Amino acid sequence: MIAPGKEDSVVINLDGKDVSVPSGTNLVDAAALHGKEIPHYCYHPQLSVAGNCRMCLIEMGTPMRDRGSGKAVLNDDGSPKIGWVPKPVIGCATNVSAGMHVKTESDVVKECREGIMEFLLVNHPLDCPICDQAGECRLQEFATDYGRGYSRFVERKNVKPKRTRLGPRVTLDDERCILCSRCIRFSQEVAKDDVLGFVDRGSFSTLTCFPGKELSNNYSLNTVDICPVGALTSTDFRFKMRVWFLKETRSICTESSAGSNITVSSREGQVYRITPRRNDLVNDSWMTDSGRTLFKTVKAENRLVFPSVSGSRVSLTEAMDTAFKLFKNKRVGVIGSCKSSLEELFLLSQFCKATKAKKFIRGHFGEDDGILLSADRTPNLRGALVSGFANKYPKSDLSILNMALQKGELDTLVVMGENLLDSKVDAASLSGTEVVFLGTHANETSKLASVVLPTLTAFEKSGSFINRSFYVQAFLQAIPGPAGLIPDLQILSNLISSVDPESDLSPDLKKIWIAMSRVRNSPLKGISFSDLKQGTVQIDGSKWKNMPFVEKSALHHNPMMKIK
Amino acid sequence: MRTKDFAATNKISLANEYHRYNLKSVIFMISKKIAKEKRIILKHADDPNYSNKIGCYLRKGGYKMLEKSLKLKPEEIGEEVLKSGVRGRGGAGFPAGMKWKFLDRKSGKPIYLICNADESEPGTFKDRQIIYKDPHQLIEGMMITAYAIQAKLAFIYIRAEFFEGAKILERAISEAKEKGFCGENILDSDYSCDLVIHRGAGAYICGEETGLIESLEGKRPNPRIKPPYFPAVLGLYQCPTIVNNVETLCNVRHIMKMGGDAYAKLGKPNNTGTRIWCVSGQVVKPGYYEFECGALTLGEMIYDICGGLHPGRSLQAVIPGGSSAKVLRADERFTGKMKDGTEFDWGIEDIPLDFDGPMAAGSMSGSGGIIVMDDTVDMVQAMANINAFYAHESCGQCTPCREGVLWMRKITKRICSGHAREEDADLLLSVANQIEGRTICAFGEAAAWPTQSFVSKFRDDFIAKAKHPSDEKSQLQLI
Repeated sequence: MIAPGKEDSVVINLDGKDVSVPSGTNLVDAAALHGKEIPHYCYHPQLSVAGNCRMCLIEMGTPMRDRGSGKAVLNDDGSPKIGWVPKPVIGCATNVSAGMHVKTESDVVKECREGIMEFLLVNHPLDCPICDQAGECRLQEFATDYGRGYSRFVERKNVKPKRTRLGPRVTLDDERCILCSRCIRFSQEVAKDDVLGFVDRGSFSTLTCFPGKELSNNYSLNTVDICPVGALTSTDFRFKMRVWFLKETRSICTESSAGSNITVSSREGQVYRITPRRNDLVNDSWMTDSGRTLFKTVKAENRLVFPSVSGSRVSLTEAMDTAFKLFKNKRVGVIGSCKSSLEELFLLSQFCKATKAKKFIRGHFGEDDGILLSADRTPNLRGALVSGFANKYPKSDLSILNMALQKGELDTLVVMGENLLDSKVDAASLSGTEVVFLGTHANETSKLASVVLPTLTAFEKSGSFINRSFYVQAFLQAIPGPAGLIPDLQILSNLISSVDPESDLSPDLKKIWIAMSRVRNSPLKGISFSDLKQGTVQIDGSKWKNMPFVEKSALHHNPMMKIK
Repeated sequence: MRTKDFAATNKISLANEYHRYNLKSVIFMISKKIAKEKRIILKHADDPNYSNKIGCYLRKGGYKMLEKSLKLKPEEIGEEVLKSGVRGRGGAGFPAGMKWKFLDRKSGKPIYLICNADESEPGTFKDRQIIYKDPHQLIEGMMITAYAIQAKLAFIYIRAEFFEGAKILERAISEAKEKGFCGENILDSDYSCDLVIHRGAGAYICGEETGLIESLEGKRPNPRIKPPYFPAVLGLYQCPTIVNNVETLCNVRHIMKMGGDAYAKLGKPNNTGTRIWCVSGQVVKPGYYEFECGALTLGEMIYDICGGLHPGRSLQAVIPGGSSAKVLRADERFTGKMKDGTEFDWGIEDIPLDFDGPMAAGSMSGSGGIIVMDDTVDMVQAMANINAFYAHESCGQCTPCREGVLWMRKITKRICSGHAREEDADLLLSVANQIEGRTICAFGEAAAWPTQSFVSKFRDDFIAKAKHPSDEKSQLQLI
């Protein structure tokens, strides 16, 4: 790996114009900062530099220095004389230095790119019409810019394996592979699962798994994302949808507190795939394979699609009215969820205030993989703390609730999607207690519930989560929810106003954020929802620094480093 | 009966011709004062009484220079080598003393020395002679160098095909260790350095120094990008490393023996010392010849030293420095100015055999492999043969070389199989131009230069293939 440079900036001459760039950046990135694209295949900002595709060849020169005196050599007009490197150099492996001159648009550079483009295509099958990468293929893109338009190659193309199974989720077409080695470097450097390599040599080099191994780690689909061509494709997404039909929505992965930034690709109300979205503070360009399958729960069989009272379908108003009767002058317990958004948890806290309800919440924990699957398997545990719903670090069960129920302290429970019966709450303790269930999917608790109010998944609504490093991140609605259902925030604000008619809490995200930032000593002070849409915002989490957070150190997360 | 007679007379006439020709060349030699071989490295190579055992080497004064060197400061040896001006014998001709100066000594990391014995440039067979016939000379040269650069460990990377050579070296190293010439506390000094042999697995690219380093690390020999991976800074295991050719390392011993200044007087300025030239192809006496740099011309080498061409043949072309050097056409004129300003106007016979001569003629002395081709050679097939070699040996890491070299091979193969097109000559040139200068390592040039020179200098031969696809020469060999 090339050592990163210092943070200060230097001035380089980019195509005749002096520009300032951070020192230590390479020329591909430096040029991009000033709107010049240097085409590349093998270079990836978050992987080591291989320099093998040669697409980013550019002309480079540095100010000449006199060998004896070390003084700068000047032209007749007093400007520093530039010693141009006789051969083109690769931008990805050339770090900027003060006074460096770069040509990214010269004839030599254009000729280089055209040459490389032609070489990449001579043994390429050119099967774009049946290739799943079409539409998001770098070869297509740069062929438009630097392609010859006709072929000078009249020989036979090399034949390589097609439709190889690299692992349970990744399919490989070796004929399309341009041997950029991004997938190999990703497996070695990020996934730390070194299973890919090249066999054979020269133009017969072939990407494959090591004998007896397969690409089955939980990050394998990232190789598909970074593959610049159609060689690696997702076995799940293959042939499902042409990518240019897909609508892309910014969202956040709900799998764990890592809060990977994702893009949800949908068409006509159906999600087709989830891909990571680059965020160098959180997840770089990666996400887990397991997080990519979460959209499948949207159309799951146990999805709750209509409100019901005692198991029979009713209208939403009727269900709400029934629920209201169960709160009125009753001792209410609210079981919140770390899977709810920050805004929902805030409204839920307000609901608890209005009904003087007792608050309960549990966490969901698992193994930490040290990358992007953290031990806290909920997206918003810190949101529960920041919103004021939870005062203590949630335990992994609801045994406290069970004790309260056994003492007969509660008449009505409002459950936010959790299954009480797998949270150390006995079915017997629940007898004599009315349950109002708000959730997306049916479970044992929803079957016991008197009132079921279906809610929306994270793909069907907007909101924000607070991740393991106290980054507040917004997710936006990608698809509409099932017909007739209203957002969780609307349900909660209706419930609040039914209990407390004077409440002016609106389900509108902007207004909730105004209300949240007004709370005394709130770390959300000064932040609005539109700020979150611009990017990740880190908040002061020092208030909770003594809590026993379960996350271990991982990609962009250091539990020892105190927040702000 | 008649046929027999014919054959007999033919034989006699051939023999006469042969005799006459050799006689002519002997007379020529005397009248022209042809330089004599000056064997330093190969001094004992053809001595029937000399063996590659340590006893024999010691009797001839072996390891005396190591003993002497260990009493000097390491920098003093480096100074001598720098003064000698010795240039690398592996192909690029970079001054060895300068290379040592680039070593990063401040990093605190161990320094490694690697001997590049992966001699695989077609037409080159000099290192093989040293390894097989005088391995202790190499070991002594290496241990002096190791001491000079203060190497922690030294390696000999030997090509797979030299299995006998590897055995000879293994034995020689154990002999040297027994006598205390390498290993712990060499000759009872404070300096220790072990010597390890690593056998390649049969790839030409392992001769490229960073490819060699990758291979030695146990990986695919994909050459590294430079910057940042200059071996003198980030070499073997990311530590400062010196990679030198076998002949270069042997020279270090002789530099220590003669002194840098005296060594620098051998040959010509900037082309010091002797060079081993490997002559192959259609000459009467192919083989290895060691001369002072610039002591003779290419013509003298071919006609006088190597006994000229076979009777009745005429010279068509010469590749002066291994197959990757640009071919020189027999009837070309080479004109221009040398670096020191002297003007030259050479025929192919007049090119001086040193580093700068072939370079001035637009080619290079490379690894010293002179391939002579007479008029019976089909230049298109020779080209196809060279292309087949490079297409097989490209590591496949970077695009231009991987795709371009195989493309060139496919074209020349097609031309030779009777399917030539007139536009193929231009296409070959264009493909070669698209490779040259755009690859990670020098393999791109090594593969592009032959095509560029063959096609531009023997263009008519390529065009003729398209016009007469059934030329009988086409049937000669299958590539």
